[in-house]
Amino acid sequence: MSEFLRDYLLVVLFLGLAGALVFGMLGLSSLLRPTRSQSQKYLTYESGVDPVGSGWTQSNIRYYVFALLFVMFDVEAVFIFPWATRLEAYGTFGLIEMAIFIFILALGLLYAWRKSVLRWI
Amino acid sequence: MTPAFLQSLTGAVLALEVPYWVSSAIKLGLVALVIPTAALMLGYVFLLKMMSFMQSRLGPMEAGPYGSLQLLADGVKFLQKEDIFPEKADRTVFALAPLVVLISTFLIYVVIPAGPDAVVAQLDVGIFYALAVSSLSVVGILMAGWASANKYALMGGLRAAGQLIAYELPLVLAVMGVVIQAGTLDLQKIVTAQAHGEIFGWGGIGNPFILTQFVGFFIFLVAVQAELTQPPFDMPVAESEIVGGYQVEYTGFRFLFFFMGEFGTAFAFAALAAVMFLGGWALPWGDLTHWGFNIAGPVILLIKTLAVATLIFWFRFTYPRLREDQLQRLAWKFLIPLSLVNIVVTGIFKVAL
Repeated sequence: MSEFLRDYLLVVLFLGLAGALVFGMLGLSSLLRPTRSQSQKYLTYESGVDPVGSGWTQSNIRYYVFALLFVMFDVEAVFIFPWATRLEAYGTFGLIEMAIFIFILALGLLYAWRKSVLRWI
Repeated sequence: MTPAFLQSLTGAVLALEVPYWVSSAIKLGLVALVIPTAALMLGYVFLLKMMSFMQSRLGPMEAGPYGSLQLLADGVKFLQKEDIFPEKADRTVFALAPLVVLISTFLIYVVIPAGPDAVVAQLDVGIFYALAVSSLSVVGILMAGWASANKYALMGGLRAAGQLIAYELPLVLAVMGVVIQAGTLDLQKIVTAQAHGEIFGWGGIGNPFILTQFVGFFIFLVAVQAELTQPPFDMPVAESEIVGGYQVEYTGFRFLFFFMGEFGTAFAFAALAAVMFLGGWALPWGDLTHWGFNIAGPVILLIKTLAVATLIFWFRFTYPRLREDQLQRLAWKFLIPLSLVNIVVTGIFKVAL
């Protein structure tokens, strides 16, 4: 197995370690903790009064708009990373190319700003 | 899958010689010790003691000398708490959410270098990988918020998601300046680049990137603060507004996993900041390949990490909570444009000099 795959095998092992810790501690806790079931305990918490309606309520559309904006900018960030590692080789050419790219990116942000998408409420 | 493929796969795994498994087991064991210790240490030194002293009180004094075993006592207490699943909750997702948060914390530690050989895995994409796995916690938090079937939890989960993704961008873009200067994503090479670096031709103290990337360091710290959902960015877990947000329905050890995840990530981010901006485990003098750095390195890194952590927690105890609109405004209208400018300016300096 190559060195490259070995390093990522370690990542998988760490995933297993986190799982082992979670299930180990919960297993240990299951030996110690009491279980006295009482229907009141399993009610949804709503500041002490009986819950009204479903917990899955509607929420503000803004979260969705911000999530869309995020996806756009995050994809752009992925493009900047490989450029950043090779800037020394690209020199002025790479710099001007990326300046144009970031300018277009900033235009997108400016557009969202003008459309007052960035304003909460 | 064909049997031939399976056979070659098992062959490949068996071909790994014994030292690989031994060294992996040692690394796993060490990190399994480091993460809870780091979480406990940060929790005790900063959350309990530093905050108390800043507020002119003593903090816990009973358990152990100066209350140093307080968090262990708390842990044992949590171990004995009943494990309650709300009856309306989505049980599977509810149970798995803390695991996802904790996985994201554990995976960051894979790439943090503490010495020339004292690193779990030296991935080529180092910092990129660290940022990618750290953002996995958003999924866990959204899972917790949604699966609780609770209005507070849902609101907290959405607030957390909105905040974490908004500050993910400045975090990623601030790192870009360091990547441009070092010319690599590999954290180990970023450390060497700083130790051997020169500032305008003078290499007396190397080039810890905090000196040339102070804007990036500032953005990184603010973004980390928001990623950890700590005050002044604790909208998602605001006790006085939404009684703990996505954690509201969690009890016992499941609740404690969120706490461990938060402090484990705080330590990991402080270590990442120390590696990228303060020179990591290296000193600018001496031979970096010397074996002695495997012993001295972790100590040097720990000192630098605690210095960054002090800053992070100092902010935490000083500023009042931001409103949701102020929070989004800070990220989108200030930090992101600033970090874009930072990238271009760093690029110009890199090409011109």
